[in-house]
Amino acid sequence: MTENHPTTTTKTRTLAGHQLAETSSHLLEVRDLSVTFPQPGGSVTAVRGVSYHVDKGEFLGIVGESGSGKSVSSLAVMGLLPSSAKVSGDILFEGTSLLGRSDKELSRLRGDGISIIFQDPLSALTPVYTIGAQIAEALRLHDRRLSKQAANVRAVELLKVVGIPNPERRAQAFPHEFSGGMRQRAMIAIAIANNPRLIIADEPTTALDVTIQAQILEVLQKAKDMTGAAVVLITHDLGVVAGNADRIAVMYAGRIVETGTVDQVFHQPSMPYTIGLLRSMPNLATAGHTRLVPLEGRPPQLSNLAPGCPFAPRCPVVIDACRTTEPPLTLIGTDPLNSSACLRVAEIASGALDRGHLYPVPEPVIAAERADVASENVLAVEALKRHFPLSRGSIFKQTIGMVRAVDGVDFEIKSGQTLGLVGESGCGKSTTIMEILELAKPQSGCVTINGVDVATLSAKERRTLRREIQVVFQDPMASLDPRLPVQDIVAEPLTVHGIPARERLQKVRDVLDLVGLDPSMASRYPHEFSGGQRQRIGIARALVTDPKIVVLDEPVSALDVSIQAGVINLLQDLQEKLGLSYLFVAHDLAVVRQIADTVAVMYLGRIVESGPAEQIFENPQHPYTLALLSAVPVPDPTVERSRTRIILEGDLPSPTEDINGCNFRTRCPLYKLMDAAGQVRCRSEDPIQRPVEGSRVACHHAEYIDLMTTTV
Amino acid sequence: MIGFIAKRFINYAVLSAIATLSAYVLASIILNPASRYLGRNPRPSDDTINAILDGLGVNPNTPVIERLWAWIVNLVTHGSLGDTIHNTTVISEMTARAGTSLRLLILGTIIAAIVGVAIGVWGAVRQYRISDQAISYASFTILATPAFVLGILLMILATMLNNVLGIQLISFTGEYTAGLDGGWWAHVLDRAAHLLLPTISLALMGAAGYSRYQRSAMLDVLAADYIRTARSKGRTRGSALVRHGVRVALIPMSTYFAYSFATVLAGAAVTELVFSWHGMGEMLVQAITQSDINAFTGAILFNAVLILIAGTLADIVYAALDPRVRV
Repeated sequence: MTENHPTTTTKTRTLAGHQLAETSSHLLEVRDLSVTFPQPGGSVTAVRGVSYHVDKGEFLGIVGESGSGKSVSSLAVMGLLPSSAKVSGDILFEGTSLLGRSDKELSRLRGDGISIIFQDPLSALTPVYTIGAQIAEALRLHDRRLSKQAANVRAVELLKVVGIPNPERRAQAFPHEFSGGMRQRAMIAIAIANNPRLIIADEPTTALDVTIQAQILEVLQKAKDMTGAAVVLITHDLGVVAGNADRIAVMYAGRIVETGTVDQVFHQPSMPYTIGLLRSMPNLATAGHTRLVPLEGRPPQLSNLAPGCPFAPRCPVVIDACRTTEPPLTLIGTDPLNSSACLRVAEIASGALDRGHLYPVPEPVIAAERADVASENVLAVEALKRHFPLSRGSIFKQTIGMVRAVDGVDFEIKSGQTLGLVGESGCGKSTTIMEILELAKPQSGCVTINGVDVATLSAKERRTLRREIQVVFQDPMASLDPRLPVQDIVAEPLTVHGIPARERLQKVRDVLDLVGLDPSMASRYPHEFSGGQRQRIGIARALVTDPKIVVLDEPVSALDVSIQAGVINLLQDLQEKLGLSYLFVAHDLAVVRQIADTVAVMYLGRIVESGPAEQIFENPQHPYTLALLSAVPVPDPTVERSRTRIILEGDLPSPTEDINGCNFRTRCPLYKLMDAAGQVRCRSEDPIQRPVEGSRVACHHAEYIDLMTTTV
Repeated sequence: MIGFIAKRFINYAVLSAIATLSAYVLASIILNPASRYLGRNPRPSDDTINAILDGLGVNPNTPVIERLWAWIVNLVTHGSLGDTIHNTTVISEMTARAGTSLRLLILGTIIAAIVGVAIGVWGAVRQYRISDQAISYASFTILATPAFVLGILLMILATMLNNVLGIQLISFTGEYTAGLDGGWWAHVLDRAAHLLLPTISLALMGAAGYSRYQRSAMLDVLAADYIRTARSKGRTRGSALVRHGVRVALIPMSTYFAYSFATVLAGAAVTELVFSWHGMGEMLVQAITQSDINAFTGAILFNAVLILIAGTLADIVYAALDPRVRV
């Protein structure tokens, strides 16, 4: 691109050289940036005085929870904020200021000098144009002389670079024909089309599965190496930046509260917020051994910030001065790039305040409060199948295939225990739990609850049994009726079972108290609660019928990291107090590691490995489990750098595909390492579960699993 | 895809048949074709009236189901829709009038669509600014104005313009000037001049409605992430809105356009009456006032066929605009 516009480039360079060289030698420098959105109820300042810089070829990670201002600050750099936003401060790119420039001037820079990768690749691509056309558009916008054919050829090349198989054919496809991971690859192809000097990636992997996340991060790294561009990666997941970034900036309430190299921030965090965030994250390396340390409270409302440090209400080491003055970002040691916004930074840095004991570790449930549980099976699923016919033809319907959503699943849960059901999206987790919750005769197989086969139930017995098994859904906002007060939402299951009103009210108060909500808030509406509180309401609703089994469908994945820990701890405490059994469905393996006693790993409608959590996580025997675990980023840069990562190729195959033999062999790294005879076996024989080293594994070659870690 | 369109077409055809037959039954029950003859002086004898009504197949003494059967048999065997009370066939009446109505409808709808989309998009992009407010108020005013008031207002304006200019620039009575001398070009110009006001009248009403729908469809699209992506590639806001926004916002509109093309017929009936055009709308209104069951059913059939065509067209356009529904 640069070769095509020698005049403009030189002009910019000379401008930078002559006028602004002494003021900014960085590629991008953001100085004292503030962004305010005027709103009828008072303006909201989303970004309050943010300064950072990125040098050529550098990888900067910006970490923060939702509402911390991390995305707004990057949109300000691109000039893509709504026109109502008031931006102050300065943004210098290659020495020239971007603020106050017209949309037309900025549009020449966007996509050429700076490009951006957005979070949700489904909505970020125009649905009515082909992928190829959308990449070619980016090329032709910055090079008018490029012919249509040449742009299309280049688009196919770019698709190949980002690892799309069959790029010639796939360029003709529309976004809805791509999977989430492929769309995100296409987004990266658009972003690198004109060899930008800076790529901003705004939560590029948030909506994706871990295996796809690992692929995308690899592609991003490859794109960075190819173009030599600097990367600003914005994320809420500390694990994602640990292995990739050079430097990190942590944002809270619209400001940068700590910045430094990855090692400095992860190993010697000096802002209590960063310390808390790192402690509250379930971490594959440590989870399951210690209780999580929750960050109490919630991020402040930016519309009316109290004076003083915005983190003060949640801070365990708050002093009086914190409530009156907002601490500036000050240097921690001698490194000019390592600073923190805390009044007590010196005490933390010197070790006078011990990082490890800054936050009180929550007490486990005392023995007297624990429920006694007899070890018996409360839920057993045998050979459960759910196939959906796929029909075609508009006038005469004919069945052309079967979606094998659930294809012979077995598991059991003992009372007081948690089974973690994990797998990528589309593997049949949700269909499995819906089949169980249906309490009806399954298509094939058998569901037994408390020793009763649900297929034999009468309608009345079925309703009685529903009190025993309840569910908590993923999205706490969408699963609560916004027009009902909380007490009605929580009491609804009791209404169904005909409990008198007085009893209902008492029960609602008890159960709200149990999940840590003030019963006096019962008459409020869901929107008055924070995300974490709303999920507590969802849990209260599930517990109000005194169930024995609770199905938890991704209960914390919609919550911010700092809130997650509180909810996970609550679930653990409730289990111990009430003797509950959990069927915990999640894609976040670290969360499952934290809470589950036994784990079942699903792939394409089947359980490929199951066994005690300890065994599965420490010593996985199935190549899929191993790959899944290896894809999870660990929020520790030293661990991240040292470990080898096994990256699965491609997407989850469509469940309509007929794969002979083992259905994982199309992506299996171990399959490729086996000798010819072994491969024949994978192709011809469907593996059945067999015990290997304490877990049950559906793989012919589980004994050779070590090959994967030694040869990669 | 073709199978899908064929299936929808068959659906629409069945619905059109049901609509026409229901219209026949409804008209047979409600309308009293005998009343037309009872008021005459001298009053014809009952036998004479019965003979006339039997001849038309609309005698109320015959059970409705029998008349309906006779009507269907007549349609299938002779391809006839029966006679009007003026002793012309319904088919010949319709062929004479359909061209007149379609010319008005097609022109009016196309202009309404273009104008409606343009000002709808403009209003959405400039939401709550003065221009958007002005468009909104103007649309509501037109939507709230009855069609005949609008027609008469236009006529008054045209008369004033003609008076100011001192020549008959805009003619607005009938379809063409009767007994006009001159060549082919003179006739074309004359017809165009007559077409002007009714078309404006229809187009204004259509555009007012379309612009409201287009504005809300466009507002949905404005906040879409792919507009932001298009801008991040280096499009200016305006160019991203046109290339990526309008294209997507048109998708839900295609259905609305196609169906309203048929429903405009109702509005066109009044417009035709106001401007003394002898079209299908006029035929429908007259059939009701004159208790002419066969003509009424013919007019409904015309409308049903328009909806049939429009519905199929909407499906095709939708598939052309939206790759997600293509199979």
